[in-house]
Amino acid sequence: MSTPSLTTTAPAVELSGITKRFPGVVANDRVDLRVAEGEIHAVVGENGAGKSTLMKILYGMQAADEGTMTVGGAEVRFSSPSEAIDAGIGMVHQHFMLADQLTVLENVVLGAEPTRRGTIDRRSARRDLEELGRSYGLDLDPDDPVETLEVGERQRVEIIKVLYRGAKVLILDEPTAVLVPQEVEELFKNLRELKARGHTIIFIDHKLEEVLAIADAITVLRQGRTVATVEPSGVTAHQLAEMMVGSDLPTPSTEPRADDEYVTLAIRGLSVPATEGRPALEAVDLEVRRGEIVGVAGVEGNGQGVLVETILGLRQAADGNIALDGESIVDWTVRRRREAGLGYVPEDRQRRGLLLDAPLWENAMLGHQTAAPYTNGPWINRRGARDATTHIVADFDVRTPGIDTTARALSGGNQQKLVLGREMAAEPRMLIAAHPTRGIDVGAQASVWADLREARADGLAVLLVSADLEELIGLADRLLVMLRGRIVAELDPATTTPMQLGGYMTGASGEEGAS
Amino acid sequence: MNLRRLLLALAAPVGAFAFSVGLSSLVLLAVGTSPMEAWTEMLSYGTRLETFVETGNRATQLYLAGVAVAIGFRMNLFNIGVEGQYVLAALLAASAGAAVDLPPVLHVALIMAVAMAVGSAFAGVSGYLKVARGVHEVISTIMLNAVALAAVGFLLRTWLLDDTDATLNMKTPEIPPSGHFPKINGLVETFTREIGRGRELWGFLLVAVVVGVLFHVFLNRTRAGYDLRATGLNPFAAEAAGVDPSATVVRAMLLSGAVAGLIGLPEILGDAHKYDLGFTRGLGFAGIAVALVGRNHPGGVAVAAVFFGWLDSAAPILDVVGDTPREIVSILQGVVVLSAVVAYEVVNRVRRAAEARDAASAARQPVAEAAPAGAEEDS
Repeated sequence: MSTPSLTTTAPAVELSGITKRFPGVVANDRVDLRVAEGEIHAVVGENGAGKSTLMKILYGMQAADEGTMTVGGAEVRFSSPSEAIDAGIGMVHQHFMLADQLTVLENVVLGAEPTRRGTIDRRSARRDLEELGRSYGLDLDPDDPVETLEVGERQRVEIIKVLYRGAKVLILDEPTAVLVPQEVEELFKNLRELKARGHTIIFIDHKLEEVLAIADAITVLRQGRTVATVEPSGVTAHQLAEMMVGSDLPTPSTEPRADDEYVTLAIRGLSVPATEGRPALEAVDLEVRRGEIVGVAGVEGNGQGVLVETILGLRQAADGNIALDGESIVDWTVRRRREAGLGYVPEDRQRRGLLLDAPLWENAMLGHQTAAPYTNGPWINRRGARDATTHIVADFDVRTPGIDTTARALSGGNQQKLVLGREMAAEPRMLIAAHPTRGIDVGAQASVWADLREARADGLAVLLVSADLEELIGLADRLLVMLRGRIVAELDPATTTPMQLGGYMTGASGEEGAS
Repeated sequence: MNLRRLLLALAAPVGAFAFSVGLSSLVLLAVGTSPMEAWTEMLSYGTRLETFVETGNRATQLYLAGVAVAIGFRMNLFNIGVEGQYVLAALLAASAGAAVDLPPVLHVALIMAVAMAVGSAFAGVSGYLKVARGVHEVISTIMLNAVALAAVGFLLRTWLLDDTDATLNMKTPEIPPSGHFPKINGLVETFTREIGRGRELWGFLLVAVVVGVLFHVFLNRTRAGYDLRATGLNPFAAEAAGVDPSATVVRAMLLSGAVAGLIGLPEILGDAHKYDLGFTRGLGFAGIAVALVGRNHPGGVAVAAVFFGWLDSAAPILDVVGDTPREIVSILQGVVVLSAVVAYEVVNRVRRAAEARDAASAARQPVAEAAPAGAEEDS
């Protein structure tokens, strides 16, 4: 299905044979990318496939070890982003790089201020900015402080910033990751406008539906290599996904669960106030039974994170009850909840789950430091802790030189296997798993799924929060959908498609559809 | 692996020291004196037995100060208030010691308990303010330093003044002999000649050693120490792991303050037997430098304390011989702190990169080979 690009003129950007090695990994292995002038070219691939590295090389943030780059037919070699900018390449980062306290205008000119007799020429800056906004349909008030802007507007500031510096080729790194669906539409409108005015856009993403909707050409990367460049008309999302992960797409699946009505976790009318605006959680009811995986779906920021933190005790509930094994735990400390058998696989393992600069064996006891084998009363049991870690490393296939290695040295997948392994080794009654396979490679993903399945078979109750709809549908026994802090639907994964699930998540499908 | 770790651990302090000596030598050259002469003078004076005794005394105080600061640093708490805590504690403990008459061991124990309680309570104020009111501990401890020093001045002039004293020296009443801490000259003299020039090695040195051992055991062998370190390494992960952040902050401040309370005692109990205007100040701030150079590690802080103590003890010779200003030692200490911090970070990066390489190559091994990782247990 690989159709070579048919353009005849010199491509806007051409990378050939790009190789970039980091200690222990080859991030890019002879990657080729050919972007025709005036097209929207998507680069897709899994986390760790080498997309970001490739873009950093193109933008001059990193130097390639091998390979050549041409921009508009001329060979280039950038040693810093400013050289890339001079060559007409601009990048919109996934994490915005804006000064919150400054206005839109000040942010746009920051670092490229027009000056008149040594002072900033605000008048001409404003004129240029308004001109840009008008011609590209990017409407923004130049005097708004950036901190008052919505995410989508901030992104527009970033795009204008890049255009202001004269970029002809725009690189957008996962621009839709932070946007809600309406904002995505708005962004795509802007991108089409830019394309119509002759700009070339390189667009990194892994949401395949979006890619198919906007791109003129799609290059797929897998494990640092170019798999193919295809046209969107010629492929389906499923085919793209297969190209991204290799031939056999691992699919999460579970056997039907045994009939066990014992309720491990019961949440009733749980409400949590937000720091501002509408409540973070509003009257949430849910139950997780023994040996059951309950999936929670939702667009990021609709209360799933708050739900997890409230169950764990990191946030206080304003109203409602949480019961573990029939006993109310709302007034318990985090420690007491964890001692009672609440396991936790955090959404952000580096932030909530690991001591990056501590050795693995000290990480293995994190969260379980009040119990054997890790401690003995007030004393740390070094031998016990180290033995237990050795077992976790072996049983959960954590690839490490040893248990004295610091957690930071491990890859994301191995870090995650350690976190999951330590929670499982403590034999919890209830596991809260938030995005357990986010950002890890396919192999580690399959092993995490297998571990969850096995634990479920042993009677563990699991609350699985995930943004990976295939994962939710494949693993969960029941699916709940959260929207604006409430549970808006309960679905049977056996009869639900990702598309339907997406409809509930965005509120497009009404609540009457809940089964 | 372990050899590499050791070499890397040594590279930073040695490199920092060499760099500091080099830079200070340049400063000496710039002001027109001979660095060679200055260093030789310091070395020859500094290797005399009496200077070593001085070094031991100074290092005892610096070590306690370093440990007090390090306890906070270990959980990212910056207890800048060690200065105020120890001066106030020394004044009140000296007064309390003079006010009572107890059997020998008990008397000393009481004075130590008072000093630790005062230091702890005063540091605890900052801990409470941080937890209950969200006041950053750097601000509150700096402010409280000023409060402590003003309080010391006031108390010494009024209620705690020894008004039987006819001289103009403002001091607290003398602590009776039962409240003195014995000298340990004998301990040293078993190995060396007799210590001359009226120098005496304070027995409080042994207390400092015990504090160091307890600090090590607490940090590495107890659950509370693990909670404290975990909070310092990653407060968010520690919280999710059930560590109560507020309680840990208060606990660390109380502990830091308790050790801070001891800093002045070697001098009070071993030599002065009272608090007067000659009491050594500034050790709390020196403790920050010592903790930084010693990487907040019980052993490292000890090495740093001895090093700084030796520099302080050997420096006075520069006033007597040659024309090198003794302030060069302060410059040297300052540069050591800065370059040590930089060197540690450089070494840290080298170590991280090496570890990442090892881990990446382990990740490529077949499953079976990754398993016997625990073989090097307790190595």
